[in-house]
Amino acid sequence: MHAKRNDKIATVFIYIFVAIVICILAGILGEILITGLPHLSWHFLSSSASSFQAGGGVRDQLFNSVYLLILTIAISLPIALGAAIYLSEYAKDNWITNTIRTSIEILSSLPSIVVGLFGYLLFVIQFNLGFSIISGALALTFFNLPILTSNIEQALEGVPQSQREAGQALGLSNWKTIRGIVLPAALPGILTGIVLSAGRVFGEAAALIYTAGQSGSTIDYSNWNAFSPTSFLNVMRPAETLAVHIWKVNTEGIIPDATIVSAATSALLVIVVIIFNFGARALGNMLYRKLTASNTK
Amino acid sequence: MSEKNDDLKKVVNQALAEQKVPHVKLDKMKPSTVDIDKLTKPSKETHQEYWGKGLTFLAIVLIILLVVSIIGFVGEHGLATFFSDHVNIIHFLTSTDWDPTQGKNHVGALAMIVTSFLVTLISALIAAPFAIAVALFMTEYSSKRSAKFLQSVTELLVGIPSVVYGFLGLTIIVPAIRNIFGGTGFGILAATLVLFVMVLPTITSLTVDALKAVPTELKNSSAALGATRWQTIYHVILRASTSRILTAIIFGMARAFGEALAVQMVIGNAVLMPYNLVSPSATLTSQLTSQMGNTVMGTLPNNALWSLALLLLLMSLLFNFLVHLIGKKGKK
Repeated sequence: MHAKRNDKIATVFIYIFVAIVICILAGILGEILITGLPHLSWHFLSSSASSFQAGGGVRDQLFNSVYLLILTIAISLPIALGAAIYLSEYAKDNWITNTIRTSIEILSSLPSIVVGLFGYLLFVIQFNLGFSIISGALALTFFNLPILTSNIEQALEGVPQSQREAGQALGLSNWKTIRGIVLPAALPGILTGIVLSAGRVFGEAAALIYTAGQSGSTIDYSNWNAFSPTSFLNVMRPAETLAVHIWKVNTEGIIPDATIVSAATSALLVIVVIIFNFGARALGNMLYRKLTASNTK
Repeated sequence: MSEKNDDLKKVVNQALAEQKVPHVKLDKMKPSTVDIDKLTKPSKETHQEYWGKGLTFLAIVLIILLVVSIIGFVGEHGLATFFSDHVNIIHFLTSTDWDPTQGKNHVGALAMIVTSFLVTLISALIAAPFAIAVALFMTEYSSKRSAKFLQSVTELLVGIPSVVYGFLGLTIIVPAIRNIFGGTGFGILAATLVLFVMVLPTITSLTVDALKAVPTELKNSSAALGATRWQTIYHVILRASTSRILTAIIFGMARAFGEALAVQMVIGNAVLMPYNLVSPSATLTSQLTSQMGNTVMGTLPNNALWSLALLLLLMSLLFNFLVHLIGKKGKK
């Protein structure tokens, strides 16, 4: 009866391990939301950060995070889309393709602090852009490219081969087939991939502290001139994001309510990540149903 | 070229003249209207093809250029410590004396290297059994619905920003360690616990993929032999997915090794050889994060930091190489 006894012991152990992990996970999510949510008021979201007093908000940080996210997606999407199309549609199975894949893997496994420091070296110092939104967006692009490329490539590979053959049977070029048939069919998957990678970009801090900077400048939300130094649209101004803000108030510790500010900001970040995660899935399902007229799921 | 075109024209005309059953289309074309230039030029479709292929390949070239320049730039600055500042590379790797402002004989990174490896190894070693247990639970024990629930929670935890983990470590783990062990609470233990929570979801989700890839026939045949569930898991499922589980653990280690801010918030940031798990210390990443802004480009203290970045880069290449190596072995 050894086997049966061992089976029972193993089952008990696995359940214990799982219970511990679930406790940890629930503890983390609960801790973030319970300590953070009460402080997450409209006042917190709509007032600017204070540099040494209590009671500051995160208005500018929130805007900077969103602005950086939009810029990053705008820069990285065309490149990632092109690269993904090449890899899934054109690439032959040879050493060149292997090299390409290996370099994308290398890029995706690089620590984000190394990517950030490279951005610092290239944009902030070499190109003399200084700590600016554009430097930050470009560093985030480097960080985002490999993930977005592989997400889009997976979406493209999910399109059945018969669709491509149908296009070619009509005498279309590969390129026309991709643009007219494969891309629309892969659209739900591509959008899901974009939203998922957006969640990661939104919370990234290590790549930003030496590119977009750790301090904000005064921002005027009524100034629409993108070249004016106080305009909220200016890409040359330094910008601190939500994630960087958490890091800064905790490591510098000047403001007296650092714990409250970071708890509320953490809750905000986690809520945004939850929205991105569930939003991606809901968006993908909805588009899939709309575009394919299928009632499954 | 024109000679070739003339030849082609001759051949086409001859073919038209000789055809006995006139093809509808060729007949309409009339021999005199055969446009050789058009025949020999690439078609519209071919042009589209060049265009599309060129455009997408350009994106690939950009990415490769990026990878090469990252390695090149970081390498150039990281190696400057050894070539223009003449720091002995053996000294760099084996000395614990880190005070680059004092000159080239005080650039020893061993303390940070050891700390980086310690936090990575310990956190991965603790996380691996938990991750495997959860993955087994999700694939073999639980119902589909609770597996799906656990999976979305894991995905969510992978997505939580690392500074949030760092903040939690700072407000929960560090005070707890301070109360239990005394001291400041900052140190390797705090960093390890934070990293454990961070890499757990990463390793879990990759392990689930590994377990799902085990063919059902193997499990069924094991069950048909009268094996208990645990026997099937231990002798069949885990054996069949060993290489992929190892890959999952290495991915987790790579994430732990490169994590900067969360570690920097709880490790204490004192470049000292760790003499126990609760003494303040510093990793490669934490030192880079906290010191890069305090040095001037091109000076020795700055170059020394770039050498740390180069070391990080090389380690990440090594992790990549290991994943490939294991993947190849697994296929055999």
